[in-house]
Amino acid sequence: MPEILFREALKRGLQEALENDPRVFMMGEDIGEYGGAYAVTDGFLEKFGPERIKDTPISEQAFVGAGIGAAAAGLRPIVEFMSISFSLVAFDQIVNMAANLRYMSGGQINVPMVIRAPTGAGVQLGATHSQSFETWLAEVPGIKVVCPSNPYDALGLIRSAIKDDNPVIVAEPALLYGDKGNVPDEYYEIELGKADVSRTGTDITLVSYGYGMRPVNSAADSLEERGHSVETIDLRSLNPLDIETVLTSIQKTNRVVLVDSARRTGGVMAEVAAELQQRASEWLDGPIMRVGSIDVPWPYNRGLEREVLTDAGDVLAAAAEGYGM
Amino acid sequence: MASSTKSNAKSRSQSSKPSRNGDSAPLLNKDLPSTVDHLDLFKMMYLIRQFEIACGENYSKGLIRGFLHLYIGQEATGVGAVSGLREDDYIVSHYRDHGHALARGMDVNRVMAELFGRATGTSKGKGGSMHLFDVAKRFMGGHAIVAGQLPLAAGLALAQQYQKTDALTMCFFGDGSTNQGVYHETLNLAAIWKLPLLFFLENNMYGMGSSIERVRAGGIDFYPGIATYGIPALEVDGMDVLAVKEATDVAVGKIRNGEGPQFIEAKTFRFVGHSLADGQKYRGQEEVKEWEGRDPVLTFPAKLIEMGVVTDKEIARIKTEVDETVAKSVDFAEQSPEPDLSQIYNDVMV
Repeated sequence: MPEILFREALKRGLQEALENDPRVFMMGEDIGEYGGAYAVTDGFLEKFGPERIKDTPISEQAFVGAGIGAAAAGLRPIVEFMSISFSLVAFDQIVNMAANLRYMSGGQINVPMVIRAPTGAGVQLGATHSQSFETWLAEVPGIKVVCPSNPYDALGLIRSAIKDDNPVIVAEPALLYGDKGNVPDEYYEIELGKADVSRTGTDITLVSYGYGMRPVNSAADSLEERGHSVETIDLRSLNPLDIETVLTSIQKTNRVVLVDSARRTGGVMAEVAAELQQRASEWLDGPIMRVGSIDVPWPYNRGLEREVLTDAGDVLAAAAEGYGM
Repeated sequence: MASSTKSNAKSRSQSSKPSRNGDSAPLLNKDLPSTVDHLDLFKMMYLIRQFEIACGENYSKGLIRGFLHLYIGQEATGVGAVSGLREDDYIVSHYRDHGHALARGMDVNRVMAELFGRATGTSKGKGGSMHLFDVAKRFMGGHAIVAGQLPLAAGLALAQQYQKTDALTMCFFGDGSTNQGVYHETLNLAAIWKLPLLFFLENNMYGMGSSIERVRAGGIDFYPGIATYGIPALEVDGMDVLAVKEATDVAVGKIRNGEGPQFIEAKTFRFVGHSLADGQKYRGQEEVKEWEGRDPVLTFPAKLIEMGVVTDKEIARIKTEVDETVAKSVDFAEQSPEPDLSQIYNDVMV
């Protein structure tokens, strides 16, 4: 299988959609002439023209709302935020409008729109550009939220997101754009709302998503070196949340560490932990262990930021504390 | 151009005081387009008035709940504006949306049923007064976050432009929405993309209990400032249904001609409180009475009779017919079933 970059996988998915469906168009800040802040849309303006690759003013509310309106009228817009932290400026449109339109119209209106946004810390952008608001958005009924952890998933999820008739948030971990991974030439999609058992094992289950899979995979390697058999689960999708796959795994391993790379409090794993407490406590040999980034605004300094961000050491410490591994 | 409209090309300020002796004379000229059906315009204004009165009564009885914002006093604005549209144009409205919905021809029974929260309502009882929708009529809501509907309308207009039709989107918003950032964002976006979007400001002088003079640095006239966005703007007497229709026709013509977004400011007034919970401590009854002197539901038919366009009998016949329609809508709503609890889970996702 050919190896491609995470950003190239996204680009491939977007390009296919633009080529195959005339209803698909893109909007965002500097996605056209500039080529996109993370170069995902580089070359699109020349290929697809200004009607389909629309540079917007710095008006997140207006262009997200315009995407919703265009979707309600039957188009399939793909809207890009330069950072998921900027989604806060447009939360009214995403939550009050995109997520609620179908319900409050009694099913009359669909919003087949994709919102793409770089998420997460790790590139020293400071407090306002390093947050992970997929955790907030995942709570809202009426929108789907996915977050890929590797190039294969990025392509499979963006394909499904664009085809979905609901609003879908694709949170793209900013630290992963330059990661390489195997992506087949043959067409495939990844179903939204299904977790991936990315490594099978019998002694402990490590659960995460997005950038969090990097410390999880690293910790899993370390645990296996020490002779433990590790199962890893990549949630891939935060809404709908696939708790069943986690439950099935725990019935086998009886141990679990939940890993957020977002801030620990109020993260997605808080919800997973609550479900597991209710539905899986009889299967567990110890406490539900939860790891997340430290609950402070993101610092700029490299050393401080690294200390705040979840790493493999945090995961191993949790496995040791909870299960003596 | 109608004598009672002004454009931002030659702007001058004017008082908020309504004119009682008709110096902004309604347009009842012989050269009016024959497509204007005066009786239809009156009938719709009267329907909205009676519908809203019935809503108020049923709110008092506890059959309608939540927030209820009545359109009483503003009928000429909504009816005149909507009468200038085609079936393939979109309409986007705010939370005071009953008048626009009815003017668009939405089913009176189903709108009333929605206010009653019944299964037969336009949103199956899930939307309520502030969230009326009828996609078949291209009525795209009823939106209750002030100014939040503006970018939605821009997106509908963007789709119309993308699909290379000559259809357009009319977006209603009130003076209260103009201090939201997204109002300015949307004016700019529509202008730079030349969207087929008609911004329709219903300036009723109050955002809930705040007079526009108290909360806006630029005073009560919006239309002169719209030029800074590169958008042509007209001011029109919102109590005069024919003037509103004529201003709308002018703006709609320009949009269909590919001239990009247009802006209309209708000066109007709600005769009742912001919602049924409003004691109107923030304004004097004298001001209300002054505007009530120009009530379009009374003055328009009086003028039609005076001009010999219609007879007393025709007006009386229409009133009887509409009164029955409204009474039937209340019966329909009352007799309609409550939504089944299984409906809770439907319509969240496709």
